[in-house]
Amino acid sequence: MRQTQANQDMSQNSFDQSQKKAVLLLADGSRFEGVAIGKIGTAGGEICFNTGMTGYQEIYTDPSYYGQIVVNTTSHIGNYGVEDSEQESDSPKIRGLVVNTFSQDFSRPTGTDSLQNYLDKNNIVGISELDTRLLVRHIRSKGAMNAIISSEDLSDEELAAKLAEVPNMEGLELSSFVSTKEPYFVGEESAPYRVAVLDLGVKTSILKHLASRGTYLKVFPAKTSFQEMEQWNPHGYFLSNGPGDPSAMDYAIETAKKIMAADKPLFGICLGHQIISLACGVSTFKMHNGHRGLNHPVKNLVSGKSEVTSQNHGFAVSREEVEKSGILELTHINLNDNTCAGIQVKGKKTFSVQYHPESSPGPHDSRYLFDQFINLFKS
Amino acid sequence: MPKDNSIKSILIIGSGPIIIGQACEFDYSGSQAARSLREEGIEVTLINSNPATIMTDPVMADNIYLKPLTKKSIIEILEKHQIDAVLPTMGGQTALNLAIDCDKAGIWKKYGVRIIGVDINAIETTEDREKFRHKMIEIGVDVCRGETATSFLKGKEIAQEIGFPLVIRPSFTLGGYGGGFVDNPEEFNEALKRGLDASPIHEVLVEQSILGWKEYELELLRDNLGNVIIICSIENFDPMGVHTGDSITVAPAMTLPDTVYQNMRDMAIKMMNAIGQFAGGCNVQFAVNPETDDIIGIEINPRVSRSSALASKATGYPIAKIAAKLAIGYNLDELKNQITKTTSAFFEPALDYVIVKIPRWNFDKFKGSDRKLGLQMKSVGEAMGIGRNFQEALQKACQSLEIKRNGLGADGKEVTDQAALLHSLENPSWNRLFHIYDAFKLGIPFKTIQKKTKIDKWFLQQIEELIELETEIEQYSLDTLPERLLRTAKEKGYADRQIAHLLKCWESEVFKKRHELGIKRVYKLVDTCAAEFEAQTPYYYSTFDQENESEVSNNKKIIVLGSGPNRIGQGIEFDYCCVHGLYAAKECGYETIMINCNPETVSTDFDTADKLYFEPVFWEHIYDIILHEKPEGVIVQLGGQTALKLAEKLDRYGIKIIGTSFEALDLAEDRGRFSTLLAENNIPYPKFGVIEDADEALELSKELGFPLLVRPSYVLGGQSMKIVINEQELEEHVVNILKDIPGNRVLLDHFLDGAIEAEADAICDGEEVYIIGIMEHIEPAGIHSGDSYAVLPPYSLGDFVMQQIETITKKIALALKTVGLINIQFAIKNDTVYVIEANPRASRTVPFIGKAYQEPYVNYATKVMLGEKKLKDFEFKPVKKGYAIKEPVFSFHKFPNVNKELGPEMKSTGEAIYFIDDLMDDYFLDIYSKRNQYLSR
Repeated sequence: MRQTQANQDMSQNSFDQSQKKAVLLLADGSRFEGVAIGKIGTAGGEICFNTGMTGYQEIYTDPSYYGQIVVNTTSHIGNYGVEDSEQESDSPKIRGLVVNTFSQDFSRPTGTDSLQNYLDKNNIVGISELDTRLLVRHIRSKGAMNAIISSEDLSDEELAAKLAEVPNMEGLELSSFVSTKEPYFVGEESAPYRVAVLDLGVKTSILKHLASRGTYLKVFPAKTSFQEMEQWNPHGYFLSNGPGDPSAMDYAIETAKKIMAADKPLFGICLGHQIISLACGVSTFKMHNGHRGLNHPVKNLVSGKSEVTSQNHGFAVSREEVEKSGILELTHINLNDNTCAGIQVKGKKTFSVQYHPESSPGPHDSRYLFDQFINLFKS
Repeated sequence: MPKDNSIKSILIIGSGPIIIGQACEFDYSGSQAARSLREEGIEVTLINSNPATIMTDPVMADNIYLKPLTKKSIIEILEKHQIDAVLPTMGGQTALNLAIDCDKAGIWKKYGVRIIGVDINAIETTEDREKFRHKMIEIGVDVCRGETATSFLKGKEIAQEIGFPLVIRPSFTLGGYGGGFVDNPEEFNEALKRGLDASPIHEVLVEQSILGWKEYELELLRDNLGNVIIICSIENFDPMGVHTGDSITVAPAMTLPDTVYQNMRDMAIKMMNAIGQFAGGCNVQFAVNPETDDIIGIEINPRVSRSSALASKATGYPIAKIAAKLAIGYNLDELKNQITKTTSAFFEPALDYVIVKIPRWNFDKFKGSDRKLGLQMKSVGEAMGIGRNFQEALQKACQSLEIKRNGLGADGKEVTDQAALLHSLENPSWNRLFHIYDAFKLGIPFKTIQKKTKIDKWFLQQIEELIELETEIEQYSLDTLPERLLRTAKEKGYADRQIAHLLKCWESEVFKKRHELGIKRVYKLVDTCAAEFEAQTPYYYSTFDQENESEVSNNKKIIVLGSGPNRIGQGIEFDYCCVHGLYAAKECGYETIMINCNPETVSTDFDTADKLYFEPVFWEHIYDIILHEKPEGVIVQLGGQTALKLAEKLDRYGIKIIGTSFEALDLAEDRGRFSTLLAENNIPYPKFGVIEDADEALELSKELGFPLLVRPSYVLGGQSMKIVINEQELEEHVVNILKDIPGNRVLLDHFLDGAIEAEADAICDGEEVYIIGIMEHIEPAGIHSGDSYAVLPPYSLGDFVMQQIETITKKIALALKTVGLINIQFAIKNDTVYVIEANPRASRTVPFIGKAYQEPYVNYATKVMLGEKKLKDFEFKPVKKGYAIKEPVFSFHKFPNVNKELGPEMKSTGEAIYFIDDLMDDYFLDIYSKRNQYLSR
């Protein structure tokens, strides 16, 4: 069942009957056949791969994956089902899912449902039982591209036509689709500090980490102006992670500039980091195939220590421009490809990282950054 | 911090002879460390008493000491060499213990030697249960709760505090006598009383029971800066209660959510940091409550371990190599990933495949041993299977075991005795995995199986699914089997043989059909990074998927077949031979290809051969690789009986066997034809006959006369060989053999009572024969050569006998048209030399002789096999000084109920080398005086 040109009678036995065929078509014409998982349907997006071996539910519900089809490189997915408390937002945000071996059954006494039911309920279309390693090698060499998954017996022409409708990620603004529509509060009102969070697609665990460190959070929609947030009189500001091309987000860049001009503590993660960089006049670029996984090495140039980080980004900040900018200090680098992984605005209380210190999923090495942020209020 | 340039010379301590619990994984780690340090221009001195190791080879270190692992030897080395630091973490607990002893005696201090890779306090904290417990409580890591009670009242108090279930362990009782598990308060009073009574000092440990909890291991590396990475998470298929060395293990962890895994990771780092701040490797074990996800720290080992060898092979990350670099000052962020060569060594490997390790036991060698698995390790080796999914990896691991199975099930060997199965599920032994399969097949409910085994549901579902697939397949014949189903079976790791069994057809027919349908193996790379980056290292495994990544070059190639999992009679010495075979073939300009499935070995290191296929040494896998690579030929005489057994099939399929032909190999195994050859050459041999049932045996015994040596043909390490002295014993033993090995042609030899045994190893190029060494056994004939003390060169044989041995060796080698190595065993009685057997392959003694005489005999023999060199091309200059004694080492202490008695069946697990100057040596005199002590029949 891993042949691209498999041509079998599907109704001959129960091992087949339980399996509906699905197709994955890439923008460069590559076509894969496999078995349908999740919802029966069709879904298109930019294809990317994540090398994490745990934490699939957290990955699928991370709003930064909005508009993307995720390939899990690890060989088994679904083994431990899903658990209500392990969501990074209210629902899965991925467009589609590609896995090697999918477990219909799961093992976890505290689990709330099987992954199959969960995907089905949340309308996520997926495909399994294909050579995902070949797919990853393909993306690695050809770069990120759009793709479409369908388990609805569409003709190749129909599929290609639908794939053509999938928008190009470059220049695409997506935060406003996943951001909250109305402001809301997180944490204890009596907490010593107030932090205004600009929700560009924020992960729940980031809010939890901030709130657990003595902050009361007000989470604002992506397009909220600085003036509006300022009225709440926060001690500091946080620019969240999120999907899409940062360079298409003038509104957020503008907000970031004003926060910095007001000399307020500001912390940015992932997309937030890119927005801060853009606000400082440093450009971002679309990466060949991005960084997505739980094992990315980052070196903190300030402390000299290294941390294993959780990452999920397809755009990055130009390291060369950071180093030339004069107003920015390069604080963290990715040890695999030496790209920019963190910056500090010189003389300001503004810093940001490209990776995910909340690490949900992922190793907890970088959580000190939240403390670093809170410490800015104390000084 | 970069490399510490004050360290110029390092001493590495090896782990000594192979025993259960400490096997050839430490040859792998020691060799890697030595190479890693020499790369940095450091002078490496190595001490190990085990001559069968690669690490003690001149190619590995600058100074090698084949000496007993004692303080005396260490002082001798330190007197002679300027050693800056000692690295004791590569040689298992033996090396750590010796380092501690030397430390306590002030030796390191006296000679100004630094201990690197670990610190002494850390070892002490981890070895002392109480210290460990306190340390863990101090840092907030949960440990198994428990306390000792000397009174009934105290016992009850403890129980109340800890809660149920509990385990009661009486102090000072053997084998856990008087102890047991208690599930509820009702049973407790009785059990506590029983425990207190059983203990001679009326003391019991009342401990929280974590039997049945999920068990995990993490492998850590840390540098001087405190940067830590987790190389691998390993999940035990067998839950708590079975020693991890005896558990089936899986990587990466299969049933852990990220939340639980990351908590475990945090705890592991905390634990490593708590025991000391050294740069090196560490192994941490955890138990996880399956209901609540609570995690308990079980133990921590501040050294390279069996599991880190497994983790290295499972991920491609060379733990020992990097740990050695960290020990000399490098930080992880300064080193490169050895597989990609471009990305950082500071990262955590991502796997896109699954590995399953299954231990290999040899209970048959320890008659009367308790075969139940428990807290003490009993296995002698292990095999690892790599697959794209768990089921495939599991099947491949089963195919690697060489226990006469074709994988897990589907081979007609299912057990259907319900009571026996139920017992086995609850009382794990070597065959529990197979019995779980059998239980599903028999229809025993899932819930019962889970309740009795406590194995995670997910693993059991995977096995259940296999049975469902088989049931489906069995509805078809080969002609009607849908392609999709055949493909699914192959994807799930089924061998053609297993499918043939299900379809009631021939293996070759399944092979033909799947090849016609294009269902062929492809090879994927073990690359540490799930294909995120390009990798430069040719380490492959097979699977049934779309893309093949193993490109075939135009070079002339040689395949070396490995010896599979270690077992008694076939261990590290054959890995030594394979590695040297690879090096020699490389020197001759061949592209070398290794096939092996033993994760503890140097041969499966990714930079030993030009290309490594980590695959079962099982016909189907080998043949597919041969079809893919099209080598010039295959070397079978270096991988022990495992590789040799495949010669027949290779020959039948027209694949060239390098060196001695299959015909000659077969002739040597066929006692009848071999005796004819001996007779034709006027070579004496003990009177013998071949029988196929007990009646024939009794008849023949009248002719040969007792005592008789009874032995089945085509076996390893003298399996089921026995000396019998009367008709009753003979009958009983023959019946036993034929029950185990039906259809075997059993040999009866007249046993030369009181004879002296000797053996010769030689290289023959078809024209000339060079005898590399002759060894005389100290014990009288009747004890397997692997279990005897043996002396090189002989110490009591006269010229007349020696001449006979030499003449006979040469005659046989030439008569068999040997090309390569040959080993011949002799019995000498009344100055007549009798030939017992001849093995035209590398023997256990070849590495020993090579080490003693300091000559690379396997290298020479391989070049001869390849036809690249003739014997006359070599200048032999053996260093002959005094005597080298081969000392067999046993693991009987692991089996308290088993008496040490020796006979024609091999039982030792390892060996040591000991050099003496003359025969007045005390060591020699002592063993000589005890030579008859253990001989049994």
